Order: sequence, then structure tokens, then C-alpha cells
Amino acid sequence: MAQFNLNDDSVIVIIGSGAGGGTLANELCQKGFKVVVLEAGKRQSPATFQNDEWFGFKQLAWLDKRTTSGNWRVAKDFPNLPAWTCKTVGGTTVHWAGASLRLQEHEFKAKTIYSSLKGANLLDWPIKLADLEPYYAKAENKMGVTRTNNIPGLPGNNNFKVMYNGAQRVGYRTVHTGRMAINSRVRDKRLACQQLGFCFQGCKTGAKWSTLYTEIPAAEATGKLDLRTESHVLQVQADSNGKTTGVLYVDKDGKRVVQKARIVCVACNAIESARLLLNSTSSRFPHGLANSSGQVGKNYMRHTTGSVYAIFKQPVHMYRGTVMAGIISDESALNTKRGFTGGFEMETISLGLPFLAAFLNPGAWGLDFASMLEQYTNMAGMWIVGEDMPQETNAVSLHPTEKDQYGLPIPNVHYDDHPNDVAMRNYAYQRGAAVYQAVGAVRTIAVPPYPSTHNLGTCRMSEKPGDGVCDKWGQTHDIKNLFISDGSQFTTSAAENPTLTIVTLAIRQADYIADQCAKGNI
Amino acid sequence: MERREFLIVAGAAVVASAMPDVSEAAQRTAALKILNAHEGETLLKMSRQLYPHSRLNDAHYMKVVQDLDAEASAAPATAKLLRDGIAKLDGMTNVGFVALASDQQLAVLKKVESSEFFQKVRSTEVVSLYNNQDVWEVFGYPGASYRTGGYLHHGFNDLTWLPDPPEQASPKPA
Repeated sequence: MAQFNLNDDSVIVIIGSGAGGGTLANELCQKGFKVVVLEAGKRQSPATFQNDEWFGFKQLAWLDKRTTSGNWRVAKDFPNLPAWTCKTVGGTTVHWAGASLRLQEHEFKAKTIYSSLKGANLLDWPIKLADLEPYYAKAENKMGVTRTNNIPGLPGNNNFKVMYNGAQRVGYRTVHTGRMAINSRVRDKRLACQQLGFCFQGCKTGAKWSTLYTEIPAAEATGKLDLRTESHVLQVQADSNGKTTGVLYVDKDGKRVVQKARIVCVACNAIESARLLLNSTSSRFPHGLANSSGQVGKNYMRHTTGSVYAIFKQPVHMYRGTVMAGIISDESALNTKRGFTGGFEMETISLGLPFLAAFLNPGAWGLDFASMLEQYTNMAGMWIVGEDMPQETNAVSLHPTEKDQYGLPIPNVHYDDHPNDVAMRNYAYQRGAAVYQAVGAVRTIAVPPYPSTHNLGTCRMSEKPGDGVCDKWGQTHDIKNLFISDGSQFTTSAAENPTLTIVTLAIRQADYIADQCAKGNI
Repeated sequence: MERREFLIVAGAAVVASAMPDVSEAAQRTAALKILNAHEGETLLKMSRQLYPHSRLNDAHYMKVVQDLDAEASAAPATAKLLRDGIAKLDGMTNVGFVALASDQQLAVLKKVESSEFFQKVRSTEVVSLYNNQDVWEVFGYPGASYRTGGYLHHGFNDLTWLPDPPEQASPKPA
């Protein structure tokens, strides 16, 4: 592992080691840049993961205190857990399920296409699908996405069999085991999937792509990566000319130190990235670094989500095998005849008994609820991933009074459903239930959104500086040497799981940073 | 039974220990650290009403009581919350909670379901009861699969009451 001096201002500092930060680190190291990655979490591995839901949650999740507000049900059921994301080397790529879908062309033009929708802070992305296509291809190859690059699709498990048959009977046509960043064959020196069924708890075979055991080791091998774990960044610092100079962080031993930097890239996932900038005030940026537009923290999106589970008269054993290798894509198309704008994907999902008890109907108790859990082995499940509408008031903000363990304000996440979100979710519940009823479900259960695993938009890309926080490269409008490198960049949420696009944007951002450095512009 | 460690969302980590399957209330509650026999028995009866499973026995539910007891012994505020809550349950009839018939216990609990006491017991139980290998066995959930090599060769796609999807949708394993 390289070790760079705290006073070395030629390094690029990346905060966070997940889909954005980990990929960006490797891409820049491969190009010869010196990179310091500051990761708040510890370094785990397939050896330390356990096939145990509550253990995995405690080991990997970001559990620093947060508060919530707004009419979303998460605020009522999980008032201190707005999101299920990670604090660990690899970030949320350790916990994710592997679904790797490209955004659709019209989704980059959400404002233009959904123009009649009121009450949403819609905006077109400053890029088009065509701009990303070459990078999507690179990302799919890097991650080993099935059904691309001559990689066969994964074999479908029992949960998928139920979904497939139900989908056929109700008329869906685009149904398969998904485009998954999970090896169906040995590839990139990683094993093929053994269908363990504990994807969410860290993949013990390494078949599922995670920066933890791909990008990070590859970057280390260049001799240009200095990865510092248990290093929690408190503030990004800037000088009076409005240039970033480095970051203040708490190191492994609890000491506050400053690492100087040529460039700083923020990739802390959407809640922490926004909070970090809001906590980094200066006389030039009294409302937070790079926040002259006031949009830092705002337009927080989390997808409509929601799930449908179904109970059958015969066993399914949905927990056997991949958590999410199954998809119906028909509803992701734009079709306002359904009574809402935007689309949604329907993806298989399974939870173990411990998590199902906690999330099937949060707060529920009694005989009826218990009797549902008794049918656990006869259950199938799907997850809805739909485009939610950006609203300026859905926002990550600094709590007015509560402080974290370092004395800095904790984040509050405020979210109100937009009527379009509600209409989409209710329609999706019906369609999911119809799929299962078509193959004999005796009962279907509509499950409210979990704490958010997709967190987006809080430092969004915009053409005009007043509308967002960064430009089409993720470079903040206000500060040339400050970049946003995670899902905070998303201008709108689209109907697809975001990880593939985050990796894609990181590869492209690395090219841009290299180009700008070569030209002496940064 | 292995020692199990799990997360209670409220924040306390608890280590559960094995309990013999006994029916005497006193023996059941003897190992509790801070709650007395009556309190333990009350919480046991309450936990059986919150998530009722006739296939589970008192030993399964005692684990919930032990976890509440462990938190109470570490946090005086929790001990007070539980004790005040139990006293309230007892005070709602002339005979006390434990002596009530099942449907009457349920009626009492419905009246207090929005109380902090009720939510403390419920939120602890929803984790504790279902995070127990002995309970998993009853429900047919195997838990960890890594030790046996995962489900690729152990039934991941063995469902036969529906036709197999075609190759394009669901390719055969390698």
C-alpha cells in the first residue's frame, strides 16, 4: 500500500470507496495519479462476511444516528434509519444485490418528457444516453454483467420460476434472470455464483462484483493507492479563492488531521455527501461548500420501491439462491395511460425469516401477522424499483440541535411522496399481486418501502449552475477541483437500480479529470 | 445451541443463552438478572400474544424475556419502563394480566399498543424471536448456506409445481 504524506498536495483525495469512489480510485491509479481514499468503515472480506442477516447488518451498515421527517412511512417505522447503506471498504457494493441496468434514453430528459407533471423539481440531465454508452459498455465489462460481453445469464431459482410463470400468464414479455453483476461462470479470477442466498450480507464467494475485491486491490497493485480505513472525513476545506485545498478527517487513532489535495472527490453516498458539503462552510460558502445554488442536499430521491410477497399452497423456498436475479421490464417503459408518469422495474427479492419479520409489515403484530410468517417456506417475493419525482423539499439537511460523535450536526432526511409516486406504487402493487395470483397465490401482501437502499440526487447535475450542484462531469459548478462522484449526481432517479450508472459516471469522470489535469486546467 | 449475537434496533447488543424446556414459571424465570418471577412471567405471556405461534413453546419466547431482562439490567430506564408497563397491565383488571384468559389478555394489550412499553417489547421481540435457530427449524428456514456450499446443488431451482422457464429466460447453470 502506498503511503502519501499529509502535506502532499499533488494527491487526489476520494472520500468513500464504493461504486463511485472505489471505481474512480482505480481508474485514476491506472492512469498514474496518486490517490488517497478515505473510508469511514473497516475492511471486511468474504472471509469475515457471515450468512446471517442481523450480523451482516451490524457489520456493514451505516448506523451513525440520523433523523427523518415527512410523510414517508420510513419516518414512522424507522425514524432513525432512513437508509440501508454501508460503512465499509467497498461501500454499498458490499451489500447490493447486483442488478445492473442502463438508464433509458427518455429518462435523461425527464423534464422535457414529463413536462405536464406539477409539483416536481424536474430537470433534464446535462448529458444524453449517447454520451454514456461507451462508458456503460466499459462498466458492464468491468463488472461482468450477465447478458453482456458474452456472459450467460444466471440460472433462475424457485423465486424466479414463480415470477416467470405468473408474468407469462398476465402478458408480460420481457422476463428473464436479469442483467446482474454476478458471475455465472468463473471470470476475472472470481468464482461463479453458488446460489448462497445471502447477497445482502456480502458475497462469500466473491461472485458478486464489489469494489472491495476488484477495484480496490487493482488500484493497490499500481502502487498509487493509499487507502485509509476508519478515517471519517469531517470537512472539505477551501481557500479564499474558492479552491479546495484538502480535507479534515478523524484518523484510525481518533486524531484530527488534514490531508492536502490537488483535487477532492466526494463519494460518500447521497446522505453523507450532502451533509459533508453542508458541514463545510466558509466565509465564501456560508451555506455549505459548492452550495451557491442552495441545491446541496435537495431533490433527494429513493425510488418508489415497495415490495409484493405472496403465499402459495406449495413450497417455494425463495431464500435459496440469488436475492435478485429475476426481472420483469415491461412496466419500465413510458406509458402515461396507466395514470402516472415514469416507469418501474419488477425484480425478484427474498429476505430470510429474521428480516421478513422486521420488514413485511413494520409495527404489525398478532395472529394474522404471525400466521403469514408461518407460511415462510411457501412465499415468493418481488421488489418494485420505480422512478420517484424530485422535489426540492425532499432533502438532506443539518439537524438544528443534534450532533454526532465528532460534534458535527447529524443529517435529517425529509421525504414526502409525490402523488405520482403514490399512483405508481399502488399500480405496481396491483400488478405484482396479479402476477402471483395468476399462479395460484392464496394471499398477496403489499409491503411498504424499506429504509432506502437507493439514495440519489442530493448534489445533482445541471446544465445551469443555479439548478444544481455539479456539471455534466460531476465537477461542482462553484469549485473546479471539487467533484461529486456518487449517486448524489443523479438529476432524476429513472426506473433502474443506480449502481451501473454510478460506476459508468466514475469511469467517465476519471477520463475527464485526467484530460483536465493534462491541460493544466485543474 | 450456539451463542447468538444480534442487533436490537434500539441499540443494545445482547448475548442470549440456552434455556431448558421447562414448564414451571419459577424455574423459567430463575435465571433472569433483574426482573422477578412475576415480571418475567408477565412478559412471557405478553410475548406469546404479540407473535402467537402454537408450534413454538415457552422456551422460544423466554429468549425474548431474557433479552428484555438483559437490556433492563444494563439500562435503568428500560427496567423502569418494563416495570411500569407490567404494573399497568396488571392494574387493568382485578386479577392481573397473567391470570386472564387468552382473549382477555389480547384485549388488554390492544388497549396499550401505542404505549412506549408495548413498543419496546414488540420491537425487541420481532428481532429476538425470529433470530433464533431453534425457531428457524420449526419454520423450515435453514439459515446459513455457505457451510454446505450454497444451493446450486441443493435445491435452488427444485420447484416442480410450475413449468421451468425457457433457456433464454433462465439459462442452465454451468
